[in-house]
Amino acid sequence: MKAAPFTLHRPATVEEAVSLMARYAEDGGLVLAGGQSLTPMMALRVAYPPHLVDINNVAGLDSLTAGEGYFGIGATVRHARFHRPVPEAGRLGEVLATVVRHIAHYPIRQRGTFCGSLAHADPASEWCLVAATLDADLRLVGEGGERLVPVSEFIDGAMSTVREPEEILVEARLPLLAKEVRFGFYEFNRRAGDFALGMALVVYDLDGGVMRNVRVGLGGIEEKARRIGVAEAALEGQAASAEAFAAAAAATVDDVEAMEDATTSQAYRRDLSGVVVRRALEASLDTDTRGTE
Amino acid sequence: MDKQSLQLTVNGEAHDIRVEHRKTLADAIRDDCGLTGTHVGCEHGVCGACTVMVDSRPVRSCLMFAHQAAGCDIRTVESLADGDDLHPLQQAFIDNHALQCGFCTPGFLMLVAGAYENDPDIEDSELVELLSSNLCRCTGYQNIIKAVRSVSGQLKARTTEKA
Repeated sequence: MKAAPFTLHRPATVEEAVSLMARYAEDGGLVLAGGQSLTPMMALRVAYPPHLVDINNVAGLDSLTAGEGYFGIGATVRHARFHRPVPEAGRLGEVLATVVRHIAHYPIRQRGTFCGSLAHADPASEWCLVAATLDADLRLVGEGGERLVPVSEFIDGAMSTVREPEEILVEARLPLLAKEVRFGFYEFNRRAGDFALGMALVVYDLDGGVMRNVRVGLGGIEEKARRIGVAEAALEGQAASAEAFAAAAAATVDDVEAMEDATTSQAYRRDLSGVVVRRALEASLDTDTRGTE
Repeated sequence: MDKQSLQLTVNGEAHDIRVEHRKTLADAIRDDCGLTGTHVGCEHGVCGACTVMVDSRPVRSCLMFAHQAAGCDIRTVESLADGDDLHPLQQAFIDNHALQCGFCTPGFLMLVAGAYENDPDIEDSELVELLSSNLCRCTGYQNIIKAVRSVSGQLKARTTEKA
């Protein structure tokens, strides 16, 4: 249970990190950020990179920035930064503070990073669900320059992304949400801190008693988190009622291609997809709207 | 692979050591700094026995490489007592029979002490979730919860005083 030998590089700037990756990625060199998934994989010898480029000392990557309509999360921002709502992020900060409690356990959240979760692209990742639901953009930097990739294109399957081996994910950009926005999150697993078997995040405006701009994101069920268009269509323009929620849940169950694993059958996960969507919608009724009406 | 030099600061004391890049912080604390209070259980971040504080944050020291902790302020379970005076949390574990074999205890102590330093306003309902971070296979959770609850006010006060 000891990692295979490797060489650790500890760059201080993005430029140094990029040039180290350009040099070592081809031989299997990897970026090390929080290391809460990569390090156990190395201990289990599932991963054995000959080089690690540790970006924890890179200046400027641990910052949160409120940009033009978006909120930027740097590559070494830990999950624990979101334990309390980040004031600059407004309503989005509340969404992040609600979801973060479901990520692994407290000590893991002190080290693991938001961007690392996206780069790892585990189907059960809460941050991948948040990014997919809100249509985040991801900023990748390589020797050839940088590019901004929508998360729906970035993640192309379970534990798989379109990041080039030498590229570094330096920032995730999430759209800021108006303070009137309603949201609900629900995750199901058998024990607190376990990987999600299924989870949903819903975000919408309540306009004259009906739901508008509805986003329904589903994670843990399929190989990658995504918005469920048919569920959104079932809710758009409807009152936030039990009937509308049930219709969205039924539409979700019909739409998904659920994964199967040793302990959870496809039929179970398919059924669960409707349950988590309905419960996330029910949770949205409790959105704290004090000071917005 | 070659061993490389580094300095670890553990409980305020500098340790000049030479270890391979692949050596975890947990192993370096035990083998190279000679502080065996930190226990190593699963070695892949599940059990929490190796929990220590790095720059005031409770983390799993098997999920960090020793070289990553160079320049950081590391605190282990040996830092809790002041000579023969136990930390209130240690005394509470004794008083509430919150340990049997004791293997998991250093990890639980550092987890709870670290959590109250960072989040002194931790709610009672969050406490159970917090304690589920670490594994105790003597099934001592009820007594661990009891022990922590009995001193939560004191732990909060210690953090507030420092701030």
